[in-house]
Amino acid sequence: MARFVRWYGSGPLHLLVLVASFALTGYALVRLFAVRPLAVAIWFVGAAIVHDLILLPLYSLADLSAQAVLRHRATHIPQPPWINYLRVPAFLSGVLLLVWFPLILDLAIPYPDAARLSEGVYLGRWLAITAVLFGASALAFALELRRLRRAARADEKRPAPGHDTAP
Amino acid sequence: MDSGGRPSAPGSDGPQHPASDEGDAPGRLERVRAAAAARAAEGAARVRAFVRRVERTPPPPGPFRPGFWRSPLRGPWLTSVFGLVLLIGIPLLFVTGLLSYAAYNPGLGALNDQTPDKGLLGFYLFDWPTRPYWLYRLTQGVHVTLGVVLVPVVLAKLWSVIPKLFEWPPSRGAAHALERLSLLALVGGVVFEFATGILNIQLFYVFPGSFYTLHFYGAWVFIAAFVVHVSLRLGRMTRSLRSRSLLTELRTGLADTRPEPPDPDGLVALEPAAPTMTRRGALALVGSGSLLLLVVTAGQSIGGRLRRTALLAPHNRDPGGGPKDFQVNKTAASLGVTPAHVGPDWRLEVRGRGPTLVFTRAQLLAMPRHAAALPIACVEGWSTDDQHWSGLRLADLAALAGLPDAGSVLVESVQPHGPYRSVVLRGNQIHDLRSLLALQVNGADLSLDHGHPARVIVPANPGVNNTKWVRRLTFRT
Repeated sequence: MARFVRWYGSGPLHLLVLVASFALTGYALVRLFAVRPLAVAIWFVGAAIVHDLILLPLYSLADLSAQAVLRHRATHIPQPPWINYLRVPAFLSGVLLLVWFPLILDLAIPYPDAARLSEGVYLGRWLAITAVLFGASALAFALELRRLRRAARADEKRPAPGHDTAP
Repeated sequence: MDSGGRPSAPGSDGPQHPASDEGDAPGRLERVRAAAAARAAEGAARVRAFVRRVERTPPPPGPFRPGFWRSPLRGPWLTSVFGLVLLIGIPLLFVTGLLSYAAYNPGLGALNDQTPDKGLLGFYLFDWPTRPYWLYRLTQGVHVTLGVVLVPVVLAKLWSVIPKLFEWPPSRGAAHALERLSLLALVGGVVFEFATGILNIQLFYVFPGSFYTLHFYGAWVFIAAFVVHVSLRLGRMTRSLRSRSLLTELRTGLADTRPEPPDPDGLVALEPAAPTMTRRGALALVGSGSLLLLVVTAGQSIGGRLRRTALLAPHNRDPGGGPKDFQVNKTAASLGVTPAHVGPDWRLEVRGRGPTLVFTRAQLLAMPRHAAALPIACVEGWSTDDQHWSGLRLADLAALAGLPDAGSVLVESVQPHGPYRSVVLRGNQIHDLRSLLALQVNGADLSLDHGHPARVIVPANPGVNNTKWVRRLTFRT
């Protein structure tokens, strides 16, 4: 037993569960790959690659760049942590686009004829939702800024100890 | 995770199993081993040396370095919250998906079965019932809407464990390597299933092959890996969930947001950045993504006044063919059905025991008609409200054909090409008194797009199995 664990790296139950699962995977994969195996394999493995190595790095990079680029624009006026006012509408709008992009970008060629509905409405609707999301976020940010600045002005009026220390 | 006695690489300080040295069964094992002892030992030593060398190799720069991942929110608790949501959601998706396959009655033959090679994977199939009449509307509406709604949760779950993709060394032995292979099926599978489903409901047929084949077999590949993942991680998930209180997290502001304590899996950042979002903020962000998707999607399956709220869903409007018109899956024109196919020369043939009966539409209209209020529910998840159909009972037509106890009926359409122009219905569907060969809907003759001159409508039947433009019914025992 100990030798097995040392050789395998885990207990025998781990191996049994995995082998059982791979047997089922194999059974389904043979059928999944029955027609156009290469294209299906590319889609299957590509799905993981597109998410893990393209989508996730892209949105992480966008988030980091937004923080890096806008960080140095800080003024002397107090600012609330602002990144989430950008993140939240961008995420919500992005996730709508991610799910409904074929309709939004007019890519579903059979759709108008099959459903007797116009596909042209979706881009406008998505843009309108995006505008509302960013607009609401901007409004919330503006209100927060006003609140902070009022508080700062109130602070300036009454001299506080340590007021003259360097920032 | 367990490095099982081998010198563990820096950072992989997983819990060590106490070596329970009970000794091998001496006789047989030793004899087998003796045969190739020398060479095996040499090979094993070489492999071990190689593994040790890899383990000692410092990780390449970038995401493989432990300090690369800096989010202060990543950690087993957050991952487990997303995991718990998926632990409930994914089985519901899987089961409703299996039900949808059963609803097509694939057991009735190749016409109903897009995956005839299913073999053992069809072990669960059963006769699809006709009641409640909204059954398929519910199960498929849940399947599609839930799938759409879970997208942000899947993204969040994958985000929360991304450092594991860049583990170093890539493999710490056989167990670890097998587990990572299973994770490829898990991640590839979940993205593949969500992608094919979401593309299909928008009629964006770019995937390589039949949607039914890809989505059905893909689901089994995915669920095999999902079950392994759950069985290997369930304990860790429950422990992680207990490690912090959800209520406390919901009350914790940004100033008090700290990384979770270091974990053996390496999810928690070694050099965390200052937090820019609370854990409750992250949960709220993902939750509002799901909520927003629910709002812009669910109306197409709920219908009524809510249909218009499904701003981005494909069947969120009436197609505008009059005040009582309703959604169409495939119009006549898109399937090559022309008015010439269903003009004055159109006849309905009814076959059973004895000679074939032939009816004009006028003759059908003169026969005793019955009404039924039934929805159209599509595999794409959208559905209509109950429509008021009027026509001949399939049971009456079976009796006319001399087979009042018919066990099945083959329904054939004038549709010249494409799938689902013929379908087989089962006895329970024929004998439900609401199952009609409809001639009218909502008080008017069927429009061409809704199947004029005659279409089948059966309670709880998937939309495509309610054949339009019927030209022949063949009842069988």
